[in-house]
Amino acid sequence: MTSAIEAEGLVKTYPGDVRALDGLSFSVEEGTVFGLLGPNGAGKSTAVRIVTTLARPDEGRARVAGHDVLTDPAAVRKSIGVVGQRAGADREATARENLRLSARLYGMRGAEREARIDELLERFGLTEAADRIVRGFSGGMERRLDIALALVHRPRVLFLDEPTTGLDPEVRADMWREIERLGRDEGITVLLTTHYLEEADRLAAQLAIVDRGKVVATGSPDELKRELSGDAVQIELEQPGLNGARPALEGLAGIRELSVEGRTVRARTADGARAVPAVLAALDGHGVAVASVTVARPSLDDVYLRYAGRSFGAADEKEVF
Amino acid sequence: MTALRHTRYMTATHLLQLWRQPWWIAVTLVQPVIWLLLFGSLFQVVADIPGFGSESYIEYLAPGIVVMTAFFSAGWSGMPVIEDLDRGVTDRLLVTPISRRALIAGRVAQNSVTIAIQSFIVVGIALAAGAGFPNGVPGVLALVGVAVLIGACFGTLSIGLGLTARKEETLIATVTFLQLPLSFLSSTFIQPSLMPDWMRTVSHFNPLEWAVEAARAAALGQGGWDVVVTRGGLLLGFLALCTWFALRAQERYQRSL
Repeated sequence: MTSAIEAEGLVKTYPGDVRALDGLSFSVEEGTVFGLLGPNGAGKSTAVRIVTTLARPDEGRARVAGHDVLTDPAAVRKSIGVVGQRAGADREATARENLRLSARLYGMRGAEREARIDELLERFGLTEAADRIVRGFSGGMERRLDIALALVHRPRVLFLDEPTTGLDPEVRADMWREIERLGRDEGITVLLTTHYLEEADRLAAQLAIVDRGKVVATGSPDELKRELSGDAVQIELEQPGLNGARPALEGLAGIRELSVEGRTVRARTADGARAVPAVLAALDGHGVAVASVTVARPSLDDVYLRYAGRSFGAADEKEVF
Repeated sequence: MTALRHTRYMTATHLLQLWRQPWWIAVTLVQPVIWLLLFGSLFQVVADIPGFGSESYIEYLAPGIVVMTAFFSAGWSGMPVIEDLDRGVTDRLLVTPISRRALIAGRVAQNSVTIAIQSFIVVGIALAAGAGFPNGVPGVLALVGVAVLIGACFGTLSIGLGLTARKEETLIATVTFLQLPLSFLSSTFIQPSLMPDWMRTVSHFNPLEWAVEAARAAALGQGGWDVVVTRGGLLLGFLALCTWFALRAQERYQRSL
């Protein structure tokens, strides 16, 4: 197993004693989609700026595609593509002109360069818009062009910093399909930062949860969720049948954290789907009528709450002004 | 070599923008044309002052206005730099193998083309308004060269200021603050011999004055080609200083990330 990205003990402080990174480390296996998940201000973008050679860390080191970002930034730049949070295309130029400039800067020439440009325009559905000025593009088109620009030189590692922030839901779904395709079809290593839990859950094979400049947990989304105490089972009763439900379920094997509130009964169990028949049978045995049952897998929100000690939404709101 | 090649790519990119918005050249010409035509007629009597030395005020004024046009228009070179910083264009380019110097040189090169075009237009207007250029075509070409040189100086300075301030308001304030004092602390409008002593002394340290002296020597033959060469040398020195400043500002920007 080779690492495409390795970051070790990154520390970065900004004027005014803002400690953006506080010993952040992570490692990304080649050919996978890796997610850095955390609320705004957690330090994800600073980490990306360092591993893409844009910023220098105060402490720590990082290697990308086998090259050290501090001692050999030129080699790193040749092997990476970066899609920043802000659209980076020249808005007064056409899509094709933007791609051509990028290709030239990577030393691509002649017919090979033009063929690659056509290929990317086609691949990202921009063939018809190729010779139009970017200023008139929709948000989704501009974002697709940004990705095409980052891919022009066939990089080994692609960085996507908050790729769907500010996009409407429809365009976001498009972007997700696009990113899944990148990981699947091109064997490229993708590092993605996001503060959307569902985005990380859907796209990333491996995750690092970042809070206050540090990685607080790593693993696949499923592993991280599995480490939590299990599925949540929620039962709605026909009537507020307090007296019946509690005795029925108390002492049932594998049922924990039982709570009854009006018509709602909540409990945790290792495997929700398996527990449901036993739960229903027990309630039936005590003559309690059930209106509905839902089983929920732990969400990344639960994971975040556990590792960062606060709920994701709360952390996010605090950092956004 | 890479730096040169990348500068060429960036220059081509910026020139394409200019090609698509040619009205920008016209906008930056409004002010100098007003100076030339209004001042030229309003202060025609200035030429009658004993010791002024020229018979036609507008002829005296024209080379200075060419230089001033370059100076004014180059002052705004930092504006698109700030826009690129805001848009994320600069950061996107900085993670490619682009030569850092090309980022600045490309803008200055595009600006030089703009200034050369503007200079020829102002010369044309001056001719139409009755000014003469006694040194003929070589004189006018040297005049345009001087305008491009002073434009490169203040263009580079403005780019450095843009990279330092990173806010359009700050750049606008700084540039407008510098423009008029530097213009009036030069012999653009009046012979140095008619200026108060302190102003004349200060003007010796004003790069704009170096350019105005060189321009007038080139176009009108006042002081001969020696003046063009010595003032040109001073301006090259100033350009080196501005380049150093802009490159430092770029480094400082990247270190702030």
